[in-house]
Amino acid sequence: MELTDKLNIIIEEFTRSFTKTFIVEGRYKLFITGIKNTITIAFFATIIGIIIGLFVAIIRYSSKNNRKLFLLDKICSIYVSVIRGTPVLVQLLIMYYTVFVNMDNTIIVGIVTFGVNSGAYVAEIARAGIESVDKGQMEAGLSLGLNRRQAMFFIILPQAVKNILPALGNEFIALLKETSVVGSIPLIDLTKAGDIVRSRTYEAFFPLYSVAVCYLILVLGLGALQKKLERRLSYSDRN
Amino acid sequence: MKKMTAILMVMTVVLSAMTGCSPQPVENNDVGKEEENKIVMYTNAEFAPFEYFEGENIVGADVDIANEIAKDLGKELIVEHTDFDGIIPAIKSGKAHIGAAAMTITEARQEEVDFSIGYVTSIQNIIYKNDAELTTMEQLIGKKIGVQLGTTGDLKIDDAINLEDGALYNSGAELKTYSSAIEAAQDLLAGRVDAVVTDQLPAEQIVVNNPELGTVEFGDISESYGIAVKKGNKELLDSINKTLTRLLEEGKIEEYIANHSN
Repeated sequence: MELTDKLNIIIEEFTRSFTKTFIVEGRYKLFITGIKNTITIAFFATIIGIIIGLFVAIIRYSSKNNRKLFLLDKICSIYVSVIRGTPVLVQLLIMYYTVFVNMDNTIIVGIVTFGVNSGAYVAEIARAGIESVDKGQMEAGLSLGLNRRQAMFFIILPQAVKNILPALGNEFIALLKETSVVGSIPLIDLTKAGDIVRSRTYEAFFPLYSVAVCYLILVLGLGALQKKLERRLSYSDRN
Repeated sequence: MKKMTAILMVMTVVLSAMTGCSPQPVENNDVGKEEENKIVMYTNAEFAPFEYFEGENIVGADVDIANEIAKDLGKELIVEHTDFDGIIPAIKSGKAHIGAAAMTITEARQEEVDFSIGYVTSIQNIIYKNDAELTTMEQLIGKKIGVQLGTTGDLKIDDAINLEDGALYNSGAELKTYSSAIEAAQDLLAGRVDAVVTDQLPAEQIVVNNPELGTVEFGDISESYGIAVKKGNKELLDSINKTLTRLLEEGKIEEYIANHSN
């Protein structure tokens, strides 16, 4: 008797909370907007991060043999230090309230902030990937008559990319979660959607757990995709 | 795939169990046995003249009122600052005894907490930049409006934009929620929103401190502020109402508000 009663109450409460959180006033739309924005920001920020990171990594790798790149190398080094040395939330607020003080497209501010942030971390990943390519490859390229830049572009980078790709996949997934602070500026991401619903229903549990489950599904889903990608990439490996 | 399905199933079960847990009432109303001589007030200290930070202390009309309430109860008052929409959940969970945050008494809120008698009447105001005056709902068509998350201003504009019979439905108007009206006003100065809707007295305080902004009354729905306590806490509520009645008769509440207004 008691157990089925308790079960009924749990199901009732669950349904009531579910309805309040998602159905009433079409609140599920807020979550959909949130998921869309979170994925958008994470995706484009990853792309920007890859571009910046590759650029920085190539500079830092090449400057060892090239005096002319000394200043650029130092700038890159400062950039990486500063970005890795400050919290991304602080970077976001600085971007929104000073650098982009008149820009009202918060999604762009978010993409740029997280792109710049990601770039510093990708730079390290890319540098490790580039350095893991056998030194002999560069020598071989040079001995074939290519100059350093051509050897880098046509021989080293393609091989480095295979090493870097899984780490980049991780970066995208990490960004999905890191963007959860973007609600500090007026932008409705998945976490902020949960906050807004919370402020309407005065209930904390359901919105928060739903948001967590959404992130979990996204991360696990993309993680599975990434594993598939890694498997296909390793077909060409001999060991 | 199997692992993911398993994890998802576990999450669903855990979720249902947790939702089943949350509505159970916490039997003892107080924050903790060892703190029986303290009364904890949660507020959102970004709302002068009712509550705001002076250095690291929270002061304001609501704090003065709460001090009187605590005095009448013979307890010590502890004031905590949090996000506005965190106050009611804090009261529900027993983290706070009272919520005094210029909180308008609404039906939706009354389903979650019990309110004292109204101690201040207010109305929504709209804040605009003096070189781009926006004073009526019709003028907000296609505009960006800033509000504090969870306030009656937020709900008012949200309804206007998202309900089918709302004045701003499908008008291209956009609602931007901030953690405080002051933050919204900063974006108003930066040009990222065109207007801010918030309560009258705080709006006037914001305008006093920012000469490029102006404010007027917005709409005509009068609101009453109440002090929130956990549902069923009759003893505390009665004491609060006694204190409030006394303060209203003595004209103290207007005095407190005047003391904290520039």
